[in-house]
Amino acid sequence: MLFKRSPNGIDLPYPSEITPREVYEGRRQFIARAAATAVVGSGIWEMANREAFAQGAAQRLAATRNAALSTTEAQTSFKDASSYNNYYEFGTDKGDPVENAHTLKTRPWTVTIDGEVKKPVTLDIDRILKLAPLEERIYRLRCVEGWSMVIPWVGYSLSNILKQVEPTGNAKYVEFTTLADRRQMPGLRSPVLDWPYVEGLRMDEAMHPLALLAVGMYGQVLPNQNGAPVRLIVPWKYGFKSAKSIVRIRLTSRQPRTAWNDSAPNEYGFYSNVNPNVDHPRWSQASERRIGEDGFFQKKRKTLMFNGYDQVASLYGGMDLKKFF
Amino acid sequence: MAFNPIGKQLTAIKALVFLLALLPFLRMAWLVAQGVPVEPLEFLTRGTGDWTLYFLCITLAVTPLRRLTGWNWVIKLRRMLGLYAFFYALLHFVTFFWFDHFFDIAEMLKDVVKRPFITVGFIAFVLLIPLAVTSTNAMVKRLGGKRWLWLHRLIYVIAPLGILHFWWMKAGKNDFQEPIIFGAIVALLLAMRVYWSYAKKAQAARA
Repeated sequence: MLFKRSPNGIDLPYPSEITPREVYEGRRQFIARAAATAVVGSGIWEMANREAFAQGAAQRLAATRNAALSTTEAQTSFKDASSYNNYYEFGTDKGDPVENAHTLKTRPWTVTIDGEVKKPVTLDIDRILKLAPLEERIYRLRCVEGWSMVIPWVGYSLSNILKQVEPTGNAKYVEFTTLADRRQMPGLRSPVLDWPYVEGLRMDEAMHPLALLAVGMYGQVLPNQNGAPVRLIVPWKYGFKSAKSIVRIRLTSRQPRTAWNDSAPNEYGFYSNVNPNVDHPRWSQASERRIGEDGFFQKKRKTLMFNGYDQVASLYGGMDLKKFF
Repeated sequence: MAFNPIGKQLTAIKALVFLLALLPFLRMAWLVAQGVPVEPLEFLTRGTGDWTLYFLCITLAVTPLRRLTGWNWVIKLRRMLGLYAFFYALLHFVTFFWFDHFFDIAEMLKDVVKRPFITVGFIAFVLLIPLAVTSTNAMVKRLGGKRWLWLHRLIYVIAPLGILHFWWMKAGKNDFQEPIIFGAIVALLLAMRVYWSYAKKAQAARA
């Protein structure tokens, strides 16, 4: 019922399902290009765009806006949010994932939840989609590289799924593992990271209502390059903490290793909370550039502590955030 | 007999190389004007940095090319190619000064001092300035050929510094594929010079 698709194949439009402007413009552009292609008689454009079209026509997801947890800032366009991505499993350039991620098979898909839990489980993606009511939450996304976006995600609090497996008293951390399949992910051939990509949160961070298990964005299922079919969104931390295309969630008693921390411990800490006062060794984190808004003619905007999500500050009471960066 | 263009032929080749070397800049400007890159500022920063390294390599390749092919005329393209290396380095510096620091000199200098990868990149850029300034015929004359040549050997320092800058920039992501390629090319181009200089000395000793 939440993942709406009527048996006769006709979707009844909900107001929240109305196609965003960027998407239908993208489709029109595609149609125009396809027409041009037909005239020229070359199929190359069409082949190159078939995937983009398939993505544009992705299944829509009905969700209720959670206004309390959403920002009212201007949203980044769907085009920018789905074509400027860090997803190294599909290449290290920002434009690589949108080109390469079509090889990712998002169905069938299961997520195993185990470790320090009373009820370990392997959930099918269809089960995950129905596990809790889907909400739309418009979050700021701050990349560790110094840019930011505003994205309407679809999903529900991660705590919903963690409660189901009944964590034991030893569960202190949560580890998230991204799929690592060489046949689907050409970027795995490059030794940039020690695959698979793993990320982690402390248990109380994972249980915070802001920590989102996302299955969609802009009212539709996640595009592959954005981490389909299910990913994490932790808006008060740098983007790389939010693991994509998750296949396993493991609760642990010890702090898990995390991919970027392994690779460059002096640059990427376990916590990686957005913090304007702690520089990255190679650049300042005091300011950021909002994609699609900040350009040539103004200074970069100030980065906010916890990316503006002050409600998480209590999680870190008494901690030296310069040490635990 | 080796190809040896003179007069109008050489002028035409120079004009062609001038335009070709300008193309990367025109392409970047065009793409940004069309709104193609999602993050045009990053696109320009990366693009101008890449092309600085390409032109440093191309400039360093002139002498080996001349020695290996006997095309002595290619030396006449060298100053222009070197100036293009400076042109792209200058643009790269401007992207840093403008986009990262919005023309705040104090902030920029703080960044230069604080971050080693920027420090070496900045030193390489500063060292390019005297080479660009002394690239006119009048300056060659004023300095005298020998001193001019010595000064311009600074490129043997500048190119490795540029690669170190790129190497450290990529270090955080363990992504060394491109820096390794640049490093190998520059190492080869410099090693050829060492070899020839050694061979020449050995020959002189025998004579």
